[in-house]
Amino acid sequence: MFKVIENQLLAPHLHRLVIEAPRIASARQAGQFVIVRSGDGGERIPLTIGDANRSRGSITLFIQAIGAGTRKIAETEPGSYIQDIAGPWGQPTHLEKWGRVACVGGGVGTAVLFPLVRALHEAGNQVTSVIGGRSRDFIILEEELARFSAKVVVATEDGSYGRQGFVTLELAEMLEDPLRCPDAVFAVGPVPMMKAVCEQTRPAGIPTIVSLNPIMIDGTGMCGGCRVQIGGQAKFACVDGPEFDGHLVDFASLIDRLSMYKDHECRLVS
Amino acid sequence: MNNSLSAKQRMAIPRAEMPTIDPKVRCGNFDEVNLGLSMVQAVKEARRCLQCKGRDCVAGCPVQVSIPEFLNALAAGDLPRAAQILLNDSALPAICGRVCPQETQCEALCVRAKKGEAVAVGHLERFVADWAMAHPEQVGMEKAKFSSSKKVAIIGCGPAGLTAAGELARWGPEVTIFEALHETGGVLRYGIPEFRLPKAIIDAEVARLKELGVIIECNVIIGRTLSLEQLREQFDAVFIGNGAGLPVMLNMAGENLKGVYSANEYLTRVNLMGAGRDPSSPTPIIRGRQVAVIGAGNTAMDCVRTARRLGAERAMIVYRRSEAEMPARQEEIEHAKEEGIELVTLTQPLSIRGNEQNWVAGLHCQVMTLGDADESGRRRPTPVAGETFELAADVVINALGTRPNPLLTATQPDLLLDEWGNICADENCVTSLPGVFAGGDIVRGGATVILAMGDGKKAAKAIDRYLWGLDQPSAMASR
Repeated sequence: MFKVIENQLLAPHLHRLVIEAPRIASARQAGQFVIVRSGDGGERIPLTIGDANRSRGSITLFIQAIGAGTRKIAETEPGSYIQDIAGPWGQPTHLEKWGRVACVGGGVGTAVLFPLVRALHEAGNQVTSVIGGRSRDFIILEEELARFSAKVVVATEDGSYGRQGFVTLELAEMLEDPLRCPDAVFAVGPVPMMKAVCEQTRPAGIPTIVSLNPIMIDGTGMCGGCRVQIGGQAKFACVDGPEFDGHLVDFASLIDRLSMYKDHECRLVS
Repeated sequence: MNNSLSAKQRMAIPRAEMPTIDPKVRCGNFDEVNLGLSMVQAVKEARRCLQCKGRDCVAGCPVQVSIPEFLNALAAGDLPRAAQILLNDSALPAICGRVCPQETQCEALCVRAKKGEAVAVGHLERFVADWAMAHPEQVGMEKAKFSSSKKVAIIGCGPAGLTAAGELARWGPEVTIFEALHETGGVLRYGIPEFRLPKAIIDAEVARLKELGVIIECNVIIGRTLSLEQLREQFDAVFIGNGAGLPVMLNMAGENLKGVYSANEYLTRVNLMGAGRDPSSPTPIIRGRQVAVIGAGNTAMDCVRTARRLGAERAMIVYRRSEAEMPARQEEIEHAKEEGIELVTLTQPLSIRGNEQNWVAGLHCQVMTLGDADESGRRRPTPVAGETFELAADVVINALGTRPNPLLTATQPDLLLDEWGNICADENCVTSLPGVFAGGDIVRGGATVILAMGDGKKAAKAIDRYLWGLDQPSAMASR
């Protein structure tokens, strides 16, 4: 059982939970995730560890309450308990001092991006965070990111906040500008966004890392359900990822496999 | 009850038949297929044992259950004594009585099998274990009389770990099991379906171990949440029984189509997460109308019979050899056939075909024939030139087997592994690291529940000796 210490609403349906999990807090590295289960009969839901406080023995999770399972976790009140949290799973982010790094986040992907931004900043990189969402309500963690970024650029599709359009617009301008052109790019968000970013950086061969979120169950590598094609080879996102070289990812196959239970999910959400 | 029968009278008793649920009924549910013997049947069957001097059956049992002794007590109608003997030798008898391949172990060596049918040791083990579970007040719990200050960590809550814990807990050390999943039982729970091993049986066996004082911590992954080094600092000895949890991929075209599962994924969804069998489960599963399972071991049979229960009109085993070579237990093959499972033999899938939406449409198959025996003694399958065919299917399940999971071993470079990534351990489960023991599938590759349990039992003995300084710290390291 894991005690929830704080639960804050950051945006519609997006919660920031601080949870007591001392072992995970001290073992975890940036880029890793946990698998959370709210209670008996619940789904095993993979969630990126947003942050951790070793001395306090706590981890921070950002949860978008969209399905039955995530809603139950997100609505746990401070002082109450979450039954199962296992981790840290996955490979830690590969950190290097590249110089200028662009971190591109779309929607709730920004929450996955946050620990990377922090780790990249601490590794001595100059980070520009480019975050986007449908409208102002969906822009999250802007202030938190600002603490570790040289600059935060916001883009909304409806223009209600920041510049209007997709995050790729800002990235395109950065790539054009020799003074701003990044030495490496990290992208986390909807698959079409990550795919678009990879296509933008491919011609110049700028190293581009994406964090993938295929369907997953156990997290141990046991079932192979989260397999993705990387450079023509099957890799398991849970143990080999979740971060991969974006230029090697077969996005079409990822999109396809993500749609496997679409009908089922619609039924559960409604 | 009268147990003073002559050998001739014992010989005259026919072997008891295990009653089962009607195949038509059981295809629609996940209830246990075998119903268990009645008291009258069980006592009668126990009397078939000749109590021979050879006791070959015991030699055939990986955990060395005192078979003639517990059968003798049962034959005399002394259930408490039979239970006591059985529980003293086996930590998980209700599970063994259900999933052990007795026909190749104890029963294969039964003197009665030479002329006729072996004593149904497995059915009787199950009977006595179930009786013990229902009558705990009549079976004295064998708690440790004195606790020692020694602490043992066990990695993995599957058959090897549970057995090692059950043995050790009776001898005094404090035992803690660390399990990566949210539930106990390991492969017993995520792998073996309810219709063969009800979850309630696992719960009861685990509860009995907790009664003995075993501590179980779920959601702890050794190699991630805690390191093996941390365990070695905090505990006096460590046993690794974390299984072979990595699927062998098919490596054929179409493997990433929607509707292709590994056996582990398919079974975990249904068994652990309740997909398809519990209406309130949020975990989805594709219910195929035509399901093809590649492979013919026990796991393949579990998959194909599960698919049948999830509504498959055609549920098929696709296997490159013939029925005689199938590695699954005879009982599983028989039950599968009764349930209308089709055995598509002498068939090697070459690729998986998909439709325009990238859903599975079928298997492209090669017809095989059997040649001479290979090193395993089974006849080697060879392709028949030019003979291929299409097999329609909307779900394909890969049940070719598993490999060792490197999650833990990769974090410990000084732990000696073999060329396949299994942990090297000697006959006493001693590894290259002092105070670290290992057994079950992480040492053997994909094997059986009972072999894992046998390792757990051996390891417990070796650990107990190690804790008291009765053995060299590491036999492996000194080689």
